[in-house]
Amino acid sequence: MMNLFKIAIRNLIRYKRRTLLTASLITIGVVFVLVFVSITVSFKAMMIGQITDSMLGHFQIHRKGYVASIDNLPLNLNMKPKAYSKIAAFLSATPAVEAFSPRLKFGGMFSNFTETTNIRLNGVYPEKEFQTVPLLTSRISEGKKSLERGEIMIPTLLAKGLKVKLGDMVVIVATNADGSVNGKQFTVSGILESATGPGGRDGYIHIEDAAEVLRMPEAEVSEVAVRLKDFSRLPAAVRQLEGNVSGEVNKEGKPIFEVHSWEQLSPFFNIARMIDVMTFFIKIMLIAIVLISIMNVMIMAVYERIREIGTIAAIGTLPGRIRSMFIIEGFCLGVVGAVIGDILGSVFILIVNLLGVRFDFAQQKGMLLTATLQPADLLTVSGIVIVVAVAASLQPAIKASKMEPIEALRHV
Amino acid sequence: MALIKAQNITKDYQTEDVVVHALKDVDFEIEPASFVSFVGPSGSGKTTILNLLGCLDKPSAGHLAIAETDVVGLGRKESAAFRGKHLGFIFQDFNLIPVLEVYENIEYPLIMVQNVVPQERKERITRMLAAVDMTDQAHKYPHQISGGQKQRVAVARALVTNPALVLADEPTANLDSQTAYAVIGLMKKMRDDFGTTFIFSTHDTKIVGEAEVIFRLEDGRLTGKEIKGGAKP
Repeated sequence: MMNLFKIAIRNLIRYKRRTLLTASLITIGVVFVLVFVSITVSFKAMMIGQITDSMLGHFQIHRKGYVASIDNLPLNLNMKPKAYSKIAAFLSATPAVEAFSPRLKFGGMFSNFTETTNIRLNGVYPEKEFQTVPLLTSRISEGKKSLERGEIMIPTLLAKGLKVKLGDMVVIVATNADGSVNGKQFTVSGILESATGPGGRDGYIHIEDAAEVLRMPEAEVSEVAVRLKDFSRLPAAVRQLEGNVSGEVNKEGKPIFEVHSWEQLSPFFNIARMIDVMTFFIKIMLIAIVLISIMNVMIMAVYERIREIGTIAAIGTLPGRIRSMFIIEGFCLGVVGAVIGDILGSVFILIVNLLGVRFDFAQQKGMLLTATLQPADLLTVSGIVIVVAVAASLQPAIKASKMEPIEALRHV
Repeated sequence: MALIKAQNITKDYQTEDVVVHALKDVDFEIEPASFVSFVGPSGSGKTTILNLLGCLDKPSAGHLAIAETDVVGLGRKESAAFRGKHLGFIFQDFNLIPVLEVYENIEYPLIMVQNVVPQERKERITRMLAAVDMTDQAHKYPHQISGGQKQRVAVARALVTNPALVLADEPTANLDSQTAYAVIGLMKKMRDDFGTTFIFSTHDTKIVGEAEVIFRLEDGRLTGKEIKGGAKP
């Protein structure tokens, strides 16, 4: 086998210019794909992180039918405290769960005593909420990074529109589940930067204040946001939770709860999918580059070496060995292109990170792009290149191995 | 026991419109350790015979046995394996592998065809290099040596596998007469030293004189056989 490699490498060196050109083409393709993949994947990861860690959580559990009516924030589809305690027990017993936060969501009127507007409010246990969506604190542009009873954090657009400042007293008025109206005064303790997607204009109060406004003897729960220890295990965790809660059925035998991952709750998921599709097509382009360039080189190599093939076949080299010789040549070319491409791609990504590229995403300004290249990406791209290089060599190699020595020796 | 037995060998080639009869009912036998030449004008069938003896082609009719093997019935892979085990080839254009050094060219069939172990490989190559007087050129590439030296390397490559039969199609055609005689002399010496049968074809009437058994061909028919003193009939 080593001798096959030796002959293959020497044949590649024999046609230096052609080998160099082909390897360069593959290298450029690999660099382009690696840079694209690292930047888009990092961009996607940052965006998903922003959405899940500052607002949605990794997944949420609702009472069946709540998400379908989420725009109305229906109080009659809240979980009763007993039902929530079952969910809390499931989540506490699930090792993959890092934190979870029950929320009581409702729509109300926000007044600064001179002007009034509508607001969506999240009643939360602050400690649980900050553990579940840790980037929420980074959205607090003004005020303290905590929330006490009697305090409210309001979105910046609302604060600006109604000229409300930190420490101002405001009133929240809301219609209760029984149709009556109730109000409560709050002190503005924080101003929140907007986030992308649903909930970007939400205010936060303590869940017990929310229950008081809504005249609930005990706080009901509209949704439970859940954070996992390992985000990559999201599908498995969602499946497991779905399995756990599916046993909870109502009198009609229908499930009480439903589980939604962030993908089902945020429109950004479609953008993330588009990024994946683009990455896929970029990889297809790389495959095409490698396939065409290697096949071209190997066809030329076979054509130029017909007499050589005839000679080695005549002296008894088995067709399989002749085939291997050319496949190894293509393999070596692929490996050289992939390895150099990996090195140059990594250096390029390092330079991008050193330069510190910043970009804006919706209301988020000046986000620092940290392009990261996972070893899995390097292996995948290199693997694609090498497999395609071998595949591209197959046809010329088979042609070489099937040549009749007598005809090959006659070739001029 | 004859090394080669050819009975009623016929070879036809189908061209676009006509059938060309390259060999017609050729019969001959060749003994081991012979030094044989097939001679005849261009188109007489010399190369066709060598291709058949080299298992590179199959006769249209007739029987051909080499080293007690019916080579007509061999498949493609079996033919290649048979060539690797029993035959050696010397080509008019030397056909050395350009990316391999002289040493590696001789080593090639031992590794790629016969899978000989390294120690034995080294011994055989060293012996062959000495036999063809190319020891000091062992690490040169083919483009760094002369035509005569290339053919000596080709002789060594053909013999290093210890074949029963070496076939040489016009081995001296691209060499000057002095070098041509030297190469034929080397082949004869190899026959003496290793007991290998050599069969070569040539146009050159002077070179033909070096053969001990001469088969004359004309229009695809064997027209004569000449045996020189001392040679086996």
